[in-house]
Amino acid sequence: MSKNLLANPSDHPVPAVTGDGAADDLATRRIGGLAARAGLETRTIAGADVLPRVDGRLVEGAVLQERYRILAILGAGGMSTVYKAQDLHFPKVQRLCAIKEMLNTATDPKVREMVVQNFEREAHILATLSHPAIPQVYDFFSHGDRSFLVIEFIHGQDLEALLSETKSFLPEEQVVNWAIQICDVLIYLHNHKPNPVIFRDLKPSNLMLDHQERIRLVDFGIAKVFQSGQKGTMIGTEGYSPPEQYRGIAEPRGDIYALGATLHHLLSKQDPRLEPPFSFHERPIYKTNPLVSKELQEIISHSLEYDPNQRFGSAEEMKRALLGLRSARASTTAAAADLSAVGGQRAIWQFACEDEVRSSPVVYNGVVYVGAYDNNLYALDAETGKFLWKYATSGGVASSPCVAEEKVFFGSVDRSLYAVNIKTARLVWTCPTKGRIYSSPQMMLGHVLIGSDDHLLYAVNATTGRPAWTFAAEAPIRCRPATGGDAIYFGDEGGSLYSVGVNGKLLWRFRARRAVTSSPLLVRELVCFGSHDSFIYALDQRSGWAVWKFRTDGAVVSSPAVEGSTLYIGSADGYLYAIDLEDGYLVWRCKAEGQINSSPAVHAGAVYVGSTDGHVYCVDARTGQLRWRFQTNGPVISSPAVANDIVYVGSGDHHLYALPV
Amino acid sequence: MAFLRRLLGKEKRQACAASEAAAPAAVGDGRAQVGWISEIGQQRTSNEDAVLVIRADQAGSNSLPSFGLFVLADGMGGHQAGEVASCLAVRAAARHILQHIYLVTLQEQEHNAEQPSLKEVLEEATQRANAIVSSAVPGGGTTLTCALVLGNQVVISHVGDSRAYLVFPDHLERVTHDHSLVDRLVELGQLSSAEAAHHPQKNVLYRAVGQGGLLEVDVVLRSISPDHGLLLCSDGLWGMLSEEEIVAIIGAAPTAQAACDALAAAANRAGGRDNISAVLVRFPSGW
Repeated sequence: MSKNLLANPSDHPVPAVTGDGAADDLATRRIGGLAARAGLETRTIAGADVLPRVDGRLVEGAVLQERYRILAILGAGGMSTVYKAQDLHFPKVQRLCAIKEMLNTATDPKVREMVVQNFEREAHILATLSHPAIPQVYDFFSHGDRSFLVIEFIHGQDLEALLSETKSFLPEEQVVNWAIQICDVLIYLHNHKPNPVIFRDLKPSNLMLDHQERIRLVDFGIAKVFQSGQKGTMIGTEGYSPPEQYRGIAEPRGDIYALGATLHHLLSKQDPRLEPPFSFHERPIYKTNPLVSKELQEIISHSLEYDPNQRFGSAEEMKRALLGLRSARASTTAAAADLSAVGGQRAIWQFACEDEVRSSPVVYNGVVYVGAYDNNLYALDAETGKFLWKYATSGGVASSPCVAEEKVFFGSVDRSLYAVNIKTARLVWTCPTKGRIYSSPQMMLGHVLIGSDDHLLYAVNATTGRPAWTFAAEAPIRCRPATGGDAIYFGDEGGSLYSVGVNGKLLWRFRARRAVTSSPLLVRELVCFGSHDSFIYALDQRSGWAVWKFRTDGAVVSSPAVEGSTLYIGSADGYLYAIDLEDGYLVWRCKAEGQINSSPAVHAGAVYVGSTDGHVYCVDARTGQLRWRFQTNGPVISSPAVANDIVYVGSGDHHLYALPV
Repeated sequence: MAFLRRLLGKEKRQACAASEAAAPAAVGDGRAQVGWISEIGQQRTSNEDAVLVIRADQAGSNSLPSFGLFVLADGMGGHQAGEVASCLAVRAAARHILQHIYLVTLQEQEHNAEQPSLKEVLEEATQRANAIVSSAVPGGGTTLTCALVLGNQVVISHVGDSRAYLVFPDHLERVTHDHSLVDRLVELGQLSSAEAAHHPQKNVLYRAVGQGGLLEVDVVLRSISPDHGLLLCSDGLWGMLSEEEIVAIIGAAPTAQAACDALAAAANRAGGRDNISAVLVRFPSGW
């Protein structure tokens, strides 16, 4: 099939396609013969044909009808030009008007007639309307190929121009105010007697803001008198038109959709003509403009429903919703303050250690194990928080434990790796290293893998405690190694991420710009991790090539978690990020008050993560909306663990908390 | 709607040289197989599609992961603009990808954060193709689908209405969206597939290489599993055959090339209304 491209948005749209395809030609035909064929009463002025023109457009100073002196071109589309003109019948004052000239370039007689009829229709519709937001029509005349419509000149600027001149975002209140005014004029049009008028081409460039800050609706070029059940031509502007308009259906709720599209554009600053058609729901406004209230976004989203029956039933209904927003605004501040109170979660139990709990808990057979900076590894009853036993080392336990073969393994800042029997709470063995251990152990084929600040990765026999081999990195290793597909992956504080075979031989190395403290996650043949260089990386497990990388605005110390095809990870920029593994793009991000150096845990559609602001956050995994947060009295670096619908997490306030999911 | 309607080029032109360069790979040894086809069809007078296939394997004690680059484009625009656009696009994209990925692989053992990611390279390759086609072929445009297979990853960049599918023994998974107005309306339930087939705007793309400006490029990331394959094709194939027919033909063919030949024959039998192009990669036991 031959393909056609949609035009660039700068090409002005408008006439489109009829059901029988005849008007296909409308948009494409070059200027044909100029044989006159005017289907309307015309008043012909002798000499009008010799008006001075450049590129087919009237030049400044030209006088039409011995009455209108052209002052400037206001705009030009494919089939028409709009001029600013002075009405010479009022010589003593400057009475300005806008003159729209239609050029009929179609050669097909049927199409020509349709073009003329469209122009006549615009004039006739305008002549019957009387509303402060709709420009008055003064005159309408035609001769030869050209028809002219003289309308009120509006001093002001259209919203598209205004938007492009606005550096930041338009204030929400201002946009809501405009939206209410637009609803007013739509209410007038849609309730017009004898038949409703559908505007069909609502968009920022057809909305003028006059000098009194009032919204005026311009260009009724394709407005249509609505007759129920009638199918018309497909017409409108790509990007703003509702889906049903492509089936030739024009009805009042189509204008509601276009208003929603317009508001979306004004607030998000994303031009819908440059985006995939009907993709508003995939591009929520908050992604580009986080300042817009959720309530307004909901109203806009409602007006943009694909199915007209799901939208506001009328402009009145939409106006009521917008007015409701205004009155609600007064109490917003109070409501926001409430959210933290309402969202506050009560702990099921909490257990006080004697120093900070930075280690991440692990739950095994109804027992939760966690390390603390008070040198101890604790074993607590997972349900009640009752103390079972603790094992004291000679240094803080920052390492997050792992349990296997009836032993709990963990490192200590005292430089040793410990294996403690979980039944007897007695030491099975220790394995000394030459550096402090902040790394967390990982099991692999009967061996415990752990890194040390002595730059070595140790593979220690889990039964005997003897190292089978070591691998020398270039800097301290503080992450938890990951294993899969006959290889081990881990980062060092020098910024390298290593892939090492199970025999301890290097397979490949990737150099990030700064430290890799984040523990790698293996998913879809990728190694995913963060770096202090602010990037999140996804490398091919086999080759070490970066398949994608994603930049945040702070160090990424947090380790990734995955659910379905979404990767979750925090950053010191305060955001929790959700990234789609199928394209490497952001799904959503949500902001904490502090840094997110804790690693997220995903459970049953929710993501749990801690922040240095002292909170534990629970957000919806699909949308990133906050479900609840829990306040502790110290930074939460520890990563939550979820088991039996309880979230376990440590805090800098020395406590381990158990929270309901 | 201001669509630029473009007329068909009516004269025959030689197929893109690059599309003739590749040969099908070894058969039956468990290695990946590659087949491709690019035919004029029954009703056109020229082939506006372009296909480019590059495969590189290295054996040795410290061997590099195999590299595969498969590019398919379907041009549009009158006065031969379509065929020029598609050929220019596949070459421009391939040049950029080889330079930033394969040549780097040959030179360096170690990867680092300064190198662009595979995703970035493919996106940029499409932007390059867009810039070149926009300036060299005014009035022309093309779809462009690039699939890079490296290590255990498949990275696909895509603009237009050619398609990429993952091929499984009993079904196809379409991994690209058609950037056509009608497909979008079908996705939204506003048009049925039957209505779409006859819609007056069925050939209207809202995104294509050659539009000028910065292009939004779709990227698809997948990992390889042993029992599946990858199919790229122009609408001259997917518009003529159902997904069920395509799966059955691929399943029955002994090699990837035989499958491509059989797909082209079937599309021609079904009417061959447009140029027919396809690239099929099979991974019997990984890449």
